Amino acid sequence: MAQSITQKILACHSSRKEVEPGEYILADADLFLGNDVTAPLAIKEFSESGAERVFDPDKLVFVLDHFSPARDIASAQQLSVTRNFARKQNLPHFYQEGKGIEHALLPEEGLVLPGDIVIGADSHTCTYGALGAFSTGVGSTDLAYGMLTGKVWLKVPETIRFVYTGRFQKWADGKDLILYTIKDISVDGANYCSMEFQGEAVNLLGMDGRFTMANMAIEAGAKNGIFAPDDKTAAYLQTTAKKAGRDPVYYSSDPGAPCKDVHEYDVSLIEPQVAVPPSPGDVRPVSELSEVNLDQVVIGSCTNGRISDLRTAAAVLKGRKAHDYLRLLIFPATERVYMQALSEGLFEIFIQAGAVISPPTCGPCLGGHMGVLADGEKAIATTNRNFTGRMGHPGSEVYLSNPAVAAASAVKGRIASPEELDI
Amino acid sequence: MSARVWKFPDDVNTDDIIPAVYLVSTEEKELAGYCFIHMNPELSRSAREGDIIAGGENFGCGSSREHAPRAIKGLGISCVAAKSFARIFYRNSINIGLALVECPKFVDEAEEGDEAEVHLEKGLLVNKTSGREYGFAPYPDFLREIIKSGGLIAHAGREKKR
Repeated sequence: MAQSITQKILACHSSRKEVEPGEYILADADLFLGNDVTAPLAIKEFSESGAERVFDPDKLVFVLDHFSPARDIASAQQLSVTRNFARKQNLPHFYQEGKGIEHALLPEEGLVLPGDIVIGADSHTCTYGALGAFSTGVGSTDLAYGMLTGKVWLKVPETIRFVYTGRFQKWADGKDLILYTIKDISVDGANYCSMEFQGEAVNLLGMDGRFTMANMAIEAGAKNGIFAPDDKTAAYLQTTAKKAGRDPVYYSSDPGAPCKDVHEYDVSLIEPQVAVPPSPGDVRPVSELSEVNLDQVVIGSCTNGRISDLRTAAAVLKGRKAHDYLRLLIFPATERVYMQALSEGLFEIFIQAGAVISPPTCGPCLGGHMGVLADGEKAIATTNRNFTGRMGHPGSEVYLSNPAVAAASAVKGRIASPEELDI
Repeated sequence: MSARVWKFPDDVNTDDIIPAVYLVSTEEKELAGYCFIHMNPELSRSAREGDIIAGGENFGCGSSREHAPRAIKGLGISCVAAKSFARIFYRNSINIGLALVECPKFVDEAEEGDEAEVHLEKGLLVNKTSGREYGFAPYPDFLREIIKSGGLIAHAGREKKR
């Protein structure tokens, strides 16, 4: 039976030759991931089960990124629960405050490889599909189960193929493709399915752009988003640390592998897109939103906080200033990105533009800290969600965009494309 | 004892169910106090043991926070009936023993405040106010095993003993 890339990875990890969409399997995962919000619940379940040692410390990663550095006493308590457990178990892959936002950090550390199954107690775990791994978000109890057994239960998903052709418009990138796609199929259009991203346009996308696209697969309800690994993937893996301790496996879908649907897009027709609150699926071309005045701009996050995102933002902001009374907040996604941006002079550009530069943290993305919104305030962010109250007061609003649009909007004080800045 | 229906629209997300600022507790009773705090503050104030939440399409979309079904469970909600569920919320609920029922007709025809009952073994939802009954499909065998054990961790304990 012809198999999709996702089916092949799932079959291999459950000692099967092939698996069928709809069937339930128990699979061995290569990596389990938790953060300071989801790990405490998993640790509680783990401890209450009576277990003392995790199944395989080498396959567990904890990253303190959500409310870190500690936002308040309650968060500090929660951070210390995770920290103490990591120390007691002597976990080799434990990342403290400032090391990075998990979904940007793990690939840099070489912890995720093509062909892996990565299970994370965070919905944006789907990000690693950019590397040709099967990766999906789960809850804390799934994480606890993985800490006990090394396994995860999964329903094999059907595949929907997304084929992108043509050349990108000047300021459009992977973020615009995924926003456009979510609008097209709706926020549950890929419910329980695997989104397989293909086509000459995505082949041209660098890894950063692929991470951005896979990151938002969950916003269409998908189980996972995945790119077939290729030369770009292999080249990227040369640049990362090598912490995985196993070899990559390069799978691709068989010709004729069954799929539920195929969507085709000509990217030359896609101008930069903006998701309008309160839904990541209510997406409009940036040119239709120039009436929206802004109080805050957030550039960063696991969606768009990598070095190419910061370079794009800096190219737009260079020699310009953020609008009066608007807060421009920059979140490099990892310590490495932070250091690289610093050495490339991007921080000087940001600070001269009036920006505030944060240590790597999820911060305002989920309304945690480092830039929460007041009642009636509007922000544009390069993050992945804009539900009611996402970034603070329920009376605040968040628009989602790519880094170039966010940067141009900071200068204009309203939603704007870099086209308006004569760059 | 009468159980009332609390109705919610399509695309209820886990930020609606419990905003991120409250994800600093692991206790179900504490989380329950913040359940739907902006969308319907009356719920956490007045919900009683056995009440039923009726949701639209894509219930529980968004973040993977398990605190969301735990907050609902902490209120004593007997089941969430929805037209469809988002996948992470669905698996979290199975894993912790919160009953989920996919039953579009019950949701469409239920009104806020109706009296209702769920009979999980029989696969039946009863709207006592209207007198109508609705059948729903049983869980797949694989998931029924997890539920029968009392959740995923209890299931792991049972599997280990085999």
